[in-house]
Amino acid sequence: MSGTGDVAPTPLVEVVGLTKRFGEIEVVKDVDLAVRMGEKVAIIGPSGSGKTTLLRCVAHLEKPTSGHVAIGGERIGARLVDGRWREMSDREIAHVRTGIGMVFQRFNLFPHLTALENVMLGPTRVLKQSRAEAEPLARELLRKVGLAHKAGDYPERLSGGQQQRVAIARSLAMRPRLMLFDEATSALDPELIGEVLNVMRGLARDGMTMLIVTHEMQFAEDVADRVVFMDHGRIVDEGPPHELFRSPSHPRIQAFLRAVVDREVMNETSAP
Amino acid sequence: MTWDIFYTSLPELLLAAGGTLRMTAFAFVVAAVLGLVIAILRLSGGIVGRIAFLYIELIRGIPALVLLFLIYFGLVPLGIVLGGFVAAVVALGLNGAAYLAEVYRAGIQAVDSGQHEAAQMLGMRRGQIMRDITLPQAVPIVLPPMANYLVSLLKDTSLASLIAAPELMLRSRDLAGTYYLPMEYYLLAGVMYLIMAWPMMHGVRKMERYFARGRLQGSRA
Amino acid sequence: MSGWLTTWELLPLLLFAAITTVEITFGGFIVAALIGLVLATLQRLDWRPLRIIIAIYVDVFRAVPVLTQLFIVYFGLTEFGIRLNPLSAAIICFGINGGAYLTEVFRSGIESVHQGQMEAAQMLGMTRLAALRIVILPQAMRVVLPPLGNFAIGLLKDTALASAVAAPELMFRARSLVDKTFLATQIFLATAAIYLVLSIPLGYLTRRAEARVSRGRR
Repeated sequence: MSGTGDVAPTPLVEVVGLTKRFGEIEVVKDVDLAVRMGEKVAIIGPSGSGKTTLLRCVAHLEKPTSGHVAIGGERIGARLVDGRWREMSDREIAHVRTGIGMVFQRFNLFPHLTALENVMLGPTRVLKQSRAEAEPLARELLRKVGLAHKAGDYPERLSGGQQQRVAIARSLAMRPRLMLFDEATSALDPELIGEVLNVMRGLARDGMTMLIVTHEMQFAEDVADRVVFMDHGRIVDEGPPHELFRSPSHPRIQAFLRAVVDREVMNETSAP
Repeated sequence: MTWDIFYTSLPELLLAAGGTLRMTAFAFVVAAVLGLVIAILRLSGGIVGRIAFLYIELIRGIPALVLLFLIYFGLVPLGIVLGGFVAAVVALGLNGAAYLAEVYRAGIQAVDSGQHEAAQMLGMRRGQIMRDITLPQAVPIVLPPMANYLVSLLKDTSLASLIAAPELMLRSRDLAGTYYLPMEYYLLAGVMYLIMAWPMMHGVRKMERYFARGRLQGSRA
Repeated sequence: MSGWLTTWELLPLLLFAAITTVEITFGGFIVAALIGLVLATLQRLDWRPLRIIIAIYVDVFRAVPVLTQLFIVYFGLTEFGIRLNPLSAAIICFGINGGAYLTEVFRSGIESVHQGQMEAAQMLGMTRLAALRIVILPQAMRVVLPPLGNFAIGLLKDTALASAVAAPELMFRARSLVDKTFLATQIFLATAAIYLVLSIPLGYLTRRAEARVSRGRR
């Protein structure tokens, strides 16, 4: 897994001095973050800490107030023209996004398309592949997320967990080099979380670069190479999961982890 | 030089706009009252309900202009001769009643029948239920489309110019023909309609937003 | 009553003119739908000056009677040497006027689609315009169909106004026949009946669309 060369490779994702304000409120404050190729980074923290906004800035669904994000050394949202940064056109941003997959908390499957059509939409409409070209990969991906038998079903006939797995397959169909997960299991019933996390684990084993906003601490510990803890818009601490979880240095993390554990215990004891 | 003509004809046009507003007001009252009657008949079911339904369907399938001509010209052979203004008020009123009847019905039906039963269990009588439970909930549903109707009624009064009823469009046509300045006079008429209709449209929008907020708060409780 | 007999003889003339009514309705509908679709889509692209212009267009054309607009286009333009035939004047007028209404209809249809749909499409590498076309509009159509049907019925009835600029449609033919025969009651009743019959299929389709939408709502 570790690089053989001595030269540190350019990170795939580079977040530099990123700040995002909504009106008066500063949601992300001067964040720096680098993700290497193949690395899995989990972002954790209390709600309202700015994790989701940070992720959405990486996808350029939110425009940073200041600072920038670069994917594979290429800035997203701005382009250097004659020594000046010019705002990217919608088309240029769209092109950058073809290399980024994103999985949303609320799945956002297209309800008027079947599972298979959902997965094929990107390749056929954006990459301009023919149906014949796109279909084998789409079916293969559905099989990989364990839903080959649901190819012809519309999203409303699928459970939340199944919908989210289709959504993952839909993102993978674009053959992205980076996958973003925005609380991919938060909207799911507890018994459906596992199946989605398993798909994500498989993806991690395949060497996908992943940036994961999550509340699943066990999953973060198992899968992530590095965990980033955010609070009040800042990165408070980061490090390998065993260090961060086993000996949390920062009092905020201690408090957060205790609260999470309490909630999990509560959930288990209150379950019938 | 054209401005002189405008200056001299403006009072005439303003007077005619007054006629438009008067016609709108009268027709609105006819439509609002008749519409309520039809809505109640429609909801009462039976033969009467079916007749009310038929009335709504018939009127909604016929252009207001045809209804207007039917009442203004078509009743003459039957010995009923109405003036232009009255014919317009009757035709627009009959036309609007069919529309408003459906609006009222939607409002009344939108109130959950469970509420009715709950009120009955509290020992409230029919009249009390109508006044204290049904109407307060129906009004936010009924008022915006009613106001919308008022705007379209204002515009529809222009049809009355085709039966020579005294209103803005008729006067504009007279003047446009007299001075042969159709563009100027029809644009002016358009601006005057705009001035009358725009505040109403704006009001409707505010009302819709206000009631939407009210419903939201209601549903949270 | 010999009058009624004559009416039966006049009926074919009215029915023939009804073809023109259908033509104006159809033409006006196409123009209005295209305008509404394009403007609602452009509005969604969040380019401020354009949004303001569209909002003004919508407000102005919804506040002024169609009859006034018709007179501006048909009579007003003659001052500039533009003489449209009544039929094209009517189609243009109903199209532009209806476009203002349908812009609102399509806009609310587009807004009814959850924002996440746009984002998911964008993350697949679609531009906003492509996302609107490929993902948002097909979903908006479900919501748009019933008001679209109601608009078509309203338009069918509004075409009677074209008689005021002598477009050879149903109402115009009815009026000229009344002028010749003085059979106002019968002819206008027959005219009303024809409009009613024409609106029945549109009403049927609209109600089916409405039923489908309310059934599909989750």
